[in-house]
Amino acid sequence: MTRIGKLTLIYSCFLLLPAMAWTQTKKTTTTSKSAGTASSLKSSITRGKQVYAEQCLACHQVDGLGVPHMNPPLSKTKWVLGNKEDLIKVVLKGLNTEIEVDGDTYSNVMPPHESTMSDQQIADVLTYIRNNFGNKASQIKEADVKAVRAKTK
Amino acid sequence: MLSTVFVTAHAGDTTKVAKKDLSENNPPDVAIKTPTGFTTAIYADGLGSARHIAVNDNGDVYVKLAKKKDGKTIYRLQDTNNDGKADKMTGFGDYTGTGIAIKNGYLYASSDEEVFRYKIDGDHIANPDQPEKIITGLLSRHEHESKSIALDNDGNIYVNIGAYSNACQVVDRTPGSPGMKPCPILDSAGGIWQFKADKQNQTYGDGKRYATGLRNVVGLDWNTSTNTLFVMQHGRDQLHTLFPKMYDDKQSAELPAECMYELHDGSNCGWPYIYYDQFQNKKILAPEFGGDGKKTAGEDAQDPVVAFPGHLAPNALLFYTGNQFPEKYKNGAFIAFHGSWNRAPEPQQGFYVVFVPFKDGKPSGKWEVFADGFAGSPQQVASGRAIHRPCGIAQAKDGSIYISDDNKGTIWKISYKGK
Repeated sequence: MTRIGKLTLIYSCFLLLPAMAWTQTKKTTTTSKSAGTASSLKSSITRGKQVYAEQCLACHQVDGLGVPHMNPPLSKTKWVLGNKEDLIKVVLKGLNTEIEVDGDTYSNVMPPHESTMSDQQIADVLTYIRNNFGNKASQIKEADVKAVRAKTK
Repeated sequence: MLSTVFVTAHAGDTTKVAKKDLSENNPPDVAIKTPTGFTTAIYADGLGSARHIAVNDNGDVYVKLAKKKDGKTIYRLQDTNNDGKADKMTGFGDYTGTGIAIKNGYLYASSDEEVFRYKIDGDHIANPDQPEKIITGLLSRHEHESKSIALDNDGNIYVNIGAYSNACQVVDRTPGSPGMKPCPILDSAGGIWQFKADKQNQTYGDGKRYATGLRNVVGLDWNTSTNTLFVMQHGRDQLHTLFPKMYDDKQSAELPAECMYELHDGSNCGWPYIYYDQFQNKKILAPEFGGDGKKTAGEDAQDPVVAFPGHLAPNALLFYTGNQFPEKYKNGAFIAFHGSWNRAPEPQQGFYVVFVPFKDGKPSGKWEVFADGFAGSPQQVASGRAIHRPCGIAQAKDGSIYISDDNKGTIWKISYKGK
């Protein structure tokens, strides 16, 4: 890239930023409530996918089906689709006991993530798994994680 | 050239996970490939989680299950009409587990905490509901819990007590948690313990820590030509997830090697402080203990006899003493690789049986894949959604070998028929 090209790019970024911020604000204020939820769900899922790749995929696998007897599947189980608070607790506190999912037992340890992941990251990754691997369930919000974190401190 | 046998899968008798996969993705057949001159046939099927297997003098096969089948966890499989297929199954035992072995007229079998033995009366178990409890109170903490067993010719039984940990961190498998030095797990796990094969109710105090620094061993065998115990270690996981700045996905998929060790009284194989890097051919200081992927360590730890690719999960080892297979197989090692999971997001590997030729008690050539195709298609290998997973190996009376699978519970018999 030439020097002039680089400068132009930096300059246009400065110009664009305020404009983008304005567009976003305008959008939120003018769109309906349901559309706003959809967009925040979508962006949470997108961020959650990234978190999943970094934090979860090694054990729960690309397809979310886990590893027999070791790492449980995340697909269509009550652990993922059921009580939000319990699910958030699993991520925050980890699991150090054998668990049963759909009649099969899984014994590998799940590490705690309370000191390594933010409320937002946990909300995003849980929203991602609740809406992937054949799952369809409601969004988990940052505030949900925050509440469980405060309660279980 | 490879000979091939097509195998029909029975969708009705499998674990829930496998069932889901079968109906959604998997074609029902697998083709087992072996070198020219070998044939493969199904001996038994539908046993579920068929872990290790043992063969009695009369040819009956005994299989240990990690999941109950009709309430039982050991099955005697008989081929009463000599057509090469089991036609009679008798179940006993109500404890799940992995280990099974036959020695000097006794059948030995393990749960995840105990080892039992049953007197063999001619061609059957004398009292299948009242075994002697040989060993009791072994640690089982839901990680590397299976107790594999092997017996020597001097009245000893060797038991793997796997470490309930990946790398002996303060908090297991957790980024940022440091390694514990000395690792307290090694007092009661992370090694091979030796007990008397004929004494009841032994526990830690009665046994001896025969070898230490072994994260988890599932496949082990007493080599009668060297008169030593050989073991296959499951190497550590998650170098990338725990140390993303030091190891990328690919390095984490390849490292560390799955190692074969020859053990002696007092052997130390180095876990958790080191792992073996099969590219540098060195023992590398584990990152939990200050390693950077290059620093070597473990001067007091043994080197492996053979180093295999990472995470393939060697679940069975057999030194071949039969006369049926060609000369090159005599005294060599067969290893059943259960198949990887810790290579994700890289493609998974394994799900095959390999052979290592031995001469004068040492490997005399490179390892080679002996039997492959258990998982199904290349996609099923890569995704890890294997139809079958090799888990046990035993030598038949006629010199054939049996391979067990703990996903659907198929047992194959591989024989040499000549060119």
